[in-house]
Amino acid sequence: MSIVKLHVNGASHEVDVDPSTPLLYVLRNDLDLRGPRFGCGLGQCSVCTVIMGGAAIRSCITPVSAVRGEVTTLEGLSKNGKLHPLQEAWIEEQAAQCGYCQNGQIMTAKALLDRNPHPSDAEIREAMEGALCRCMTFYRVQAAIRRVAHGSKAPGESV
Amino acid sequence: MSNPLELPPELADALAGPNQTSRRGFLVGSGALAITLSFGALHGARALAQAPLTASGPYPDPDFLKLDTWIVIHPDNTATFFVGKTDGGQGTGTAFRQMMCDELDIAYDKTRLVMGCTDITPDQGGSGGSTSVERDGRPMRRVAAEARRALLELGGQHLATPVEMLTVANATISLKSNPERKVTYAELIGGKRFNIALSGSRVDLTTGKAAVKPVTDLRVVGHSHKRYDIPAKVDGSLRWAVDMKLPRMVHARNVRPPIAGATLQSIDEASVRDVPGFIRVISRGNYVAVICEREEQAIRAARQLQAQWKRPEVAAFPASSELFDYMRRATPTSTSAPRVEGDPDAAFKGAAHVIEAEFEVPFQGHSSIGPAHALADPSDGQMTIYSNDMKAYSHRTGIAKFLGMPREQVRVVYMDGPQVYGRTAADDAGFEAAFLAHELGRPVRMQWMRDEEAGWDTKGPAHVFKLRGALDEQGKLVALEYDACSADYNHLWYNEPDTVLIAQLMGIRPANPAKGSVEAPTTVYAIPNQRTTTRIVGLPLIWETPLRTGNLRDPNGPQVTFAFESFIDELAAAAKADPIQFRLDMMEQAKEDDVFRKSRSLAVVRAAAKAYGWDPRPSPQPPQTGSPDKVLSGRGVAYTYRGNTIVAVIAEVEVNRETGRVWAKRLVCAHDCGLVINPEALHHTVECGMLHGLSRALWEEVQFDTEKVTSVNWASYPSLRHSDTPETIDIVLVNGDPNPGRPDLAPYGAGECSHKPLIAAIANAVYDATGVRLRRAPFRSDRVLAALQAQSA
Repeated sequence: MSIVKLHVNGASHEVDVDPSTPLLYVLRNDLDLRGPRFGCGLGQCSVCTVIMGGAAIRSCITPVSAVRGEVTTLEGLSKNGKLHPLQEAWIEEQAAQCGYCQNGQIMTAKALLDRNPHPSDAEIREAMEGALCRCMTFYRVQAAIRRVAHGSKAPGESV
Repeated sequence: MSNPLELPPELADALAGPNQTSRRGFLVGSGALAITLSFGALHGARALAQAPLTASGPYPDPDFLKLDTWIVIHPDNTATFFVGKTDGGQGTGTAFRQMMCDELDIAYDKTRLVMGCTDITPDQGGSGGSTSVERDGRPMRRVAAEARRALLELGGQHLATPVEMLTVANATISLKSNPERKVTYAELIGGKRFNIALSGSRVDLTTGKAAVKPVTDLRVVGHSHKRYDIPAKVDGSLRWAVDMKLPRMVHARNVRPPIAGATLQSIDEASVRDVPGFIRVISRGNYVAVICEREEQAIRAARQLQAQWKRPEVAAFPASSELFDYMRRATPTSTSAPRVEGDPDAAFKGAAHVIEAEFEVPFQGHSSIGPAHALADPSDGQMTIYSNDMKAYSHRTGIAKFLGMPREQVRVVYMDGPQVYGRTAADDAGFEAAFLAHELGRPVRMQWMRDEEAGWDTKGPAHVFKLRGALDEQGKLVALEYDACSADYNHLWYNEPDTVLIAQLMGIRPANPAKGSVEAPTTVYAIPNQRTTTRIVGLPLIWETPLRTGNLRDPNGPQVTFAFESFIDELAAAAKADPIQFRLDMMEQAKEDDVFRKSRSLAVVRAAAKAYGWDPRPSPQPPQTGSPDKVLSGRGVAYTYRGNTIVAVIAEVEVNRETGRVWAKRLVCAHDCGLVINPEALHHTVECGMLHGLSRALWEEVQFDTEKVTSVNWASYPSLRHSDTPETIDIVLVNGDPNPGRPDLAPYGAGECSHKPLIAAIANAVYDATGVRLRRAPFRSDRVLAALQAQSA
């Protein structure tokens, strides 16, 4: 065990864990966050996705010792009580079924739109390819992403 | 009011009402009531998590024959509904509220719903078989109507006016002649009990004296209310069953036999004593689990534990590559008596044209996106299991029996979880957590890993079919033989204390394995001469096998419909008939039944054809071999029904001749499930049902060698992805009832039906595009490419 410092959703934390512990378990069990969830532990499904350094990463295979900089989880997307446009689009499109994987869908989409605010349909499919869903909500998830991408004010502007 | 359990403030306020001690006292007394009363988002006992409770049973069964069990009117003129159901994400919770609001005459946003907690909601069995709205919505409507009746009676007394002269809107009763003379539900009964007895020999027959409204008077039903559960699922605030934590809680992981049917010889506990946080190895028979303080420690200990296993003398099963040959040769464990209509032998003899074909569907997995999990709390000699198991009530009863505890000391708190769609491993994880908590005396959280979920969850059974059909000179189907074989012996039912995986591994089992099931097709086609035979076979290893079969959505429906509706397509092609007209002609000759399946089938197939823009012609389309284009397009239809719900799907596919990739570019579905409660939620359920069927058509197959399942993650068990998603999905909700506006029009099940015809629709579309008939699912690229190459050769 050793003390690890983390910056998550704008707050600093210190946790006393084995440095090889996957970030997922620290977020869930030490910081009591619920957005990232366990799906495969293999980096294959995206259910555990968080954003670090602007990239969507798989917290289930990221040792906590490898974390650098700010980590954003699903809980960190809303600002001052206002939902992120993606979250609003998800509600508008009623995109979830069971919802268990939707953390991975939303966080992967967030990273996509941050780097490419107006993706084509092909780019959406490509970026989202690793985000699995066993309720098969893909059609509405893509519609929700398009809703935000088409609503962006200016090219290059982050949503 | 003091707040010793640190209840959410809104709940404490609600309980501090004028009459709270007389109001659902069992809620308070049982300590089960950490229920968030924030509007709408109340789902199961999600808020129990916010105030982990000292369990203080006993936990009695809520009496479904008391109105107070179902409905509470609060002093602020809002209502809470209590129903014994679970919602796997298809919006049934929202639908229940809509149905009950309509009968009670209260606004949707003034209500909340509690589901599936065994000590506070009446036992309606949980979910399954697309019956939630169709069957279990009925008592919900009736009890809400009864509450309205009782309130009108009280209102009449209060306003000193005969009931006939009163009207109700928004939970307020007023004089028809003078809206200013009014009284609210809360003023009449807020914070008090109805004390009204209901009648009914079963929960689904529960009724009061009041009649439900004619459907023409329903206002909340039929409206696309947004699902109340979605906001908390997208902002990260929802506490799921996986999020439950309790003081002193520890983490468990299972250690499964490395070879199916292996016997545990010894465990070297010293091999894990150096793992930080290690607490114990608990083992009985062939069941082994490790327990540690932290989750990552338990994962490490489970991987590190050294154990000796003895290989079984007989191989557990044939390798998946040999499965269908094995099934064809195997001696059946049961065989149905042939069902014969007309004189099929004579009809085949006199036929102008006879064709036959065989179809194969492998084992397919539930493969939940979130592996099985549960938290069990043994505090105070009771047992509380926090679980997403879709059948919370049998989960409770089964676990009580398994542990030898009185039922009253065990409860299950239902919370949201990954999709269920049948008999998932959620059952198993709850039993395991409870067993370990019972042994250890501390709350235990059980979590399966991905390879365990893929390897050991319940599977949809593999099928082999043989069909034979006879056409007359005019191309009319005059005789059909259908033979189906399902590898479904020892099919698991729900939450049985002697068949869940932990029981099997401990050597506990019933006297006889379950028979299993195999089905005949569900269509209304008039076929004058028919012979139907079915049989079930078992694999060598019956118990402790990773190839346990369970209900995967409509358990045999997609397999049966693949074979049957593919073969109907083959017959249409042999008759050089348009595949839709061929089907309509057979439907026209059918007899009508009590739910108008004939009329509704005709309406649904016609609606699908219209929505697609179907131009009649036989399949396959003229060969495109001269075309330089490497992508061939085609369309295919399939029709079926499930229970009383009718569905037809038309798929437009593109087949890449060079890679064998099949893409369903467009899906059209016509769907008749009677009365529609929430059109948008239904649309989404139908969409996702179709895409689940598409996943089973294109990707899903459990592979194994003779010792173990080898499809153990998302690389070795691929599932549908974003790139497979159709460009367009069109859904037409059909009401094909001959009297579409009749006042007693019923809602029928919608959770499963659209999933059923997909494999057939895709196979038929591939045939239309390429002239190649795919008779072995799934249609992965390598298999399609091989079939295309065989055709050119």
